[in-house]
Parts: sequence; structure tokens; C-alpha cells
Amino acid sequence: MSEVAQSGQPLIEVRDIKKYFPIRKGLMQREVARVHAVDGVSFAVQPGETLGLVGESGCGKSTLGRTIVRLYEPTAGQIIFQGHAIEGHGARKLRRLRREMQMVFQDPYASLNPRKRVGSIIGDPLKIHHLGNKKERKARVEELLETVGLSPEHYNRYPHEFSGGQRQRIGIARALALQPKLVVADEPVSALDVSIQSQMLNLLEDLQNEFKLTYIFIAHDLGVVRHVSDRIAVMYLGKIVEMSPAEELYRRPIMPYTEALLSAVPVPDPDLAAKRERIVLEGDVPSPINPPGGCRFHPRCRYATQVCSEIEPPLVEYGNGHLAACHHPLNVDATLTAVGSAPAAGAA
Amino acid sequence: MAERLLEVKDLKVQFATVDGTVKAVDGVSFDLDRGKVLGIVGESGSGKSVTAMTLMGLTRDVNSRFEGEVLYKGKDLLQVSDAEMQQYRGAEMGMIFQDPMTSLNPVYRIGEQIVEAIRTHEKIDKRAAKNRAVELLRQVGIPNPESRVDDFPHQFSGGMRQRAMIAIALSCNPDVLIADEPTTALDVTIQAQIIELIDRLKDDFNSAVILITHDLGVVADVADEIIVMYAGNVVERAATRDLFYDPQMPYTWGLLGSIPRLDRPRPERLHSITGSPPSLINLPQGCSFRPRCPHAFDRCREKPPLENHVDPPTHLDRCWLDVEYKRAHRGDTIAGGKPEAA
Repeated sequence: MSEVAQSGQPLIEVRDIKKYFPIRKGLMQREVARVHAVDGVSFAVQPGETLGLVGESGCGKSTLGRTIVRLYEPTAGQIIFQGHAIEGHGARKLRRLRREMQMVFQDPYASLNPRKRVGSIIGDPLKIHHLGNKKERKARVEELLETVGLSPEHYNRYPHEFSGGQRQRIGIARALALQPKLVVADEPVSALDVSIQSQMLNLLEDLQNEFKLTYIFIAHDLGVVRHVSDRIAVMYLGKIVEMSPAEELYRRPIMPYTEALLSAVPVPDPDLAAKRERIVLEGDVPSPINPPGGCRFHPRCRYATQVCSEIEPPLVEYGNGHLAACHHPLNVDATLTAVGSAPAAGAA
Repeated sequence: MAERLLEVKDLKVQFATVDGTVKAVDGVSFDLDRGKVLGIVGESGSGKSVTAMTLMGLTRDVNSRFEGEVLYKGKDLLQVSDAEMQQYRGAEMGMIFQDPMTSLNPVYRIGEQIVEAIRTHEKIDKRAAKNRAVELLRQVGIPNPESRVDDFPHQFSGGMRQRAMIAIALSCNPDVLIADEPTTALDVTIQAQIIELIDRLKDDFNSAVILITHDLGVVADVADEIIVMYAGNVVERAATRDLFYDPQMPYTWGLLGSIPRLDRPRPERLHSITGSPPSLINLPQGCSFRPRCPHAFDRCREKPPLENHVDPPTHLDRCWLDVEYKRAHRGDTIAGGKPEAA
């Protein structure tokens, strides 16, 4: 875990951010419906902090990540980076901004141009931003290759000559080339074997300490997210349904969805796995075109009652910086049960 | 005793390539009884998928060479003709592939793909086959199977496509179901659903399952026995509990230590196995894990046999290290010792 500057200005803050994708039909391309990919999300990330974003496919976590680095135009809401609102920035201003915020993508096979050499994949950001001459750029790329655990001799190779894990290292080197402050990592380890995955998680941690990076780490596996995050936000159908310091979330999940996500993570211990109650969520995430009314999770929730389908629960603080949106909060007051929970301090 | 369905004896698979001979599988042996689940675990390139595909006769090629025996109910499948193999493939043994996005044909309806599998092996009319398809989709948990049977694969989510794949694999009531990384492309929540489904269907269909994965966590509560593969070799083989609670091979420790675990306090650093698996064309001399093994010593230049060193006698491993030494040192790799609270 990194040291986090507790007070002071957040590096990045998003306020009630929304991203809808229009569905157009017919000759006139009239908008007939909207995909509510991100539907009102607010949070702030302090410099040096790692915020984990978790949720199933289709919950909007990748869209959110992309909207934050302005790969997508937000439909509504504010993005405040280092104290400046950036949601309205045009191309020129954005370019300067992109030196500060970079992205690592999920698929190490699709996110590297197969026709470019490693040298230019990592070096092009430097070129675009007019940093250094040719010789200096080459030296910088070689240095970056070493930083991420590859060898400078790899400079002239093509992506296909590398394994999945090595490719992801190239993607990380590319993101670091401009010495960004914020790195949004979108499922950076999901496509990798567990053994390679742990190498990558350790590397990301080392880099954070070395370069004082701030991460927004997107993943669907709570085991992975817990390992890297200071704080975790759980997303469901475009909304944050629970947000909490990392360890607190594991000890005391409040939202039933979080509880279910936690119970789905496989435990490599046969006796424990057999004893543990596994909450298997029925079906898939509903369509974000017409999200369910009330609490969006209610059709899959085992605690759901009438009120859940009628009134949308607000995101409420339960102490310790632990927020959750639920009509039937778990692990609150004397109802501390299951999930090996120690009595949590400061329950509301 | 349960009926023995499959007996693999010292299976070797080699592929001739322009760069040299790839020793993809280099001596794998195991048995599989009805009602059992066998887990095969290893990294990419360890030979686990080639082993599975060879059982199904999917690696037959002019450039492939096979040695050993694959006895299915006593019949050696390596020796049967391609035409005869077709009788086994699908009907006696079904396979679920890793990627549900690419293993279904995008231009045929889900139902047509199931019907095709059924009618390849059984003489029944289209209508009856279609009814069976609907029934199968219901069994694998697709809501509204009567209407979904006419959907195209792109209308299904990833988890539903994997369910449809399972329906195809089960369509002819196979005795052996081979699942090759069935959940790797899926979310953890859907992974939990699919693993549970496979486990339940194994009982419903009274079959045996081979479950291939790179994640030991996935097989922990469903497998009866586990094989750990590395560079085409079986490096450890044991009943599931023995493997998890008394792992003998440093590679197994590494796999266990790599998993970020929710049941234990968060470690400072995850263990990671340094480097990457060796080239199967140019294997290191002796123990193939030696270059990545922190415990390697002189003797490892000689290849260790797959032998029993601990109780029970079914627990085999391929390592020269002394059992006491291993028990004293593996904790650092696996990290954390006993779980936090059970």
C-alpha cells in the first residue's frame, strides 16, 4: 500500500459524471434509446492513492475509466484534475493534459500495434509531445524498458515476439513514458496467467512507489483489487453502490452485491471452500438501456423487498469513510455476521 | 469401485515444426473414474490443453507424433482410425473450450448448433432433436429456452454462451466431459456459476470431468484429484486436499503463492515465479523448472522421476528436494501459513 497524502487537494475528482451512449435507428438516425453506461458517479482520488473500481462486465467501470482520461466525452458532470475542470477542454488543451494522465489497457494482444517496433510504441508519445531529440528519446525508451523488467535489446523487436506478460510490460512502459501523475489501468492483469499476474501486480506497486503514481485500477476480481487498492469502489449498472477503504470492505461489506462478489472469488483452500457459503448471483447484469427501477440490484438481490423496487437508495456514509447504497445494509449495528468479520469500529 | 473410464499411460505428443520438434506433452499418466473430477493445472504452454485435445483426437496431424496409450474403456484411442474417432468425439467425450466468443459459429442459431451435434451421433428427426436442445438449454440454466434456442450467439452474453457450449458438449450424454479453461474469459461471478453448473451436471449426467485451468483456486472445491503440469511434464499429482495442504513441488508452491487471497491477511508482496516457462523445443537439462526454482541444487541437473515421497502413496511429485527441507521452506513461498480465521 502506498502512503497517501490525507489532506489537501485531490489529484482528480469527478462529480456526478454521466456517460450515455445514444442508440440511433432509422433513416434519420433518430435517437430511440440510451445506454446508461455511467449514471452519476462521484469520487475523489488523492495523490499517491490507488482507487480500485470493481464490478461485473457491463457495469460501466471501463467507460468510467475512459471518460476520466477523456477518451470519451462525458454526457454530464464535472472532472476536476489538479483543481481545474477539464470536462470541456478542447483537443489542444487535452493534449497537454494527456501527459499527466495515461492508460494501461486490458488486452495486451490488441492494444499494441503489431506493425510497430517496441521502440516506437513506447517512444511515440515522446515524439508527439516533442520531448528530446532522437538520441535522447532512444535512451529514455531503453531506460523505460529496464524499468518495467524488459531488456534494452528489445528496442527493435515487434509485439508478436513477446509473451502476454511481456506485452503488458510494454503497455505499462508506454503509459509511463510521459511521466504521468495518474494512470488508469483497465483490467491490466485479467488476460494473464495467475503466475504472471502476480509479477505484474508487484511491478505496478514498485512503479507507484518509485514514481509517486496515482492509480485508478479497474478489475472484476476482488482478490486482485484488494491487493493493490487503498480504497475500493464497487460499481453496478453505472452507479457506485459501495465505496470504502480496502480492508474495511472485506471485513464488513454492507451492500449485498459486494457480499456476493466477495463470495465468488475462488479460495485456494479445499476445506475452507467447502465450508464457505457461496452466494451465486442468478443471471447476468440487466441491460443498461432500461435499468431496473428503484435499487438497480434488486432483481438479483436475495434480501430485496418491496421498497427496493420502488425507491432508489442513496449513497450513505456508515463511518470510516465507508459509503453504501442499500435499503437493507448488511454488517451494520449488532448484525455483524459471516465473512469472518471482526467487530468494525465506528459503525453508524 | 467406480467404473474406470479413462486411463492415460505415459502419453507423449510431439509436433514437428520448422524450428525443431516441440515436445508439447512429455509423459503424462492419469486415470479417471466415473463421477470424478480431475483438475489439470499449469501455466500457458505447460501442455495441459494439448493433453486434452489429444484425448479428443484433435491434435491428429501429419506433423504430430504420439507415444503411449489413451485407453477409453479399454480401447486405445491413439490407434483408432479418424472415422472411428469421430464416433467417440462428442458422443463419448464432450469438450468445452475456453473462449465462448469464438467457439460458437456466429452465423448459425444456438439451437441449430446443438441439433447438429445431436444428429451427428444419433438418428433422430429434427423436431425431436430441437426439443432436446430446448431441454438441454433449460438444464444449463438459460432462461426462456423455448425462445432463446432460436437466438444467434451474439444475442447471448459471455456466461450464456459458455452455458450454450456446455449444452452442446452434453448433447449426446458423454461419459467424459473435458473443460479447457471454461471460465478464464468470464467474470468471477459468472465463473462461480459455471463451475457449480459443471459440478452439478457431472452428477446429473453421471459422467466424469477433466477441468483444465491456470488458477488453483478454481479447482479447489470441485476437483477430486489434481495434476500440476510444467513444460509438458506432470510435476505433481495428488488428491486435492493432499495437494493443497502438503504441496511437494516448488512450482506448485509458486502457483499457490501467486493467488491474491481473500481468506488471508494481505501480504506485503505477492509471490511471483520469476521468468517465464521454457521453450518446448529447447528444454533445460534435468528438471525443467530448475532455471526458475529458488531451491534448485546440483542434483536438479538430472531429471527427477515422478515418485511418491510422502503419505499417502497416491501423492506423486517430481522433485529431488528432501521432504523435511520442503516442509520447512515452502511456507515462505505460499505465504501466511494457516488461514486467518476459518
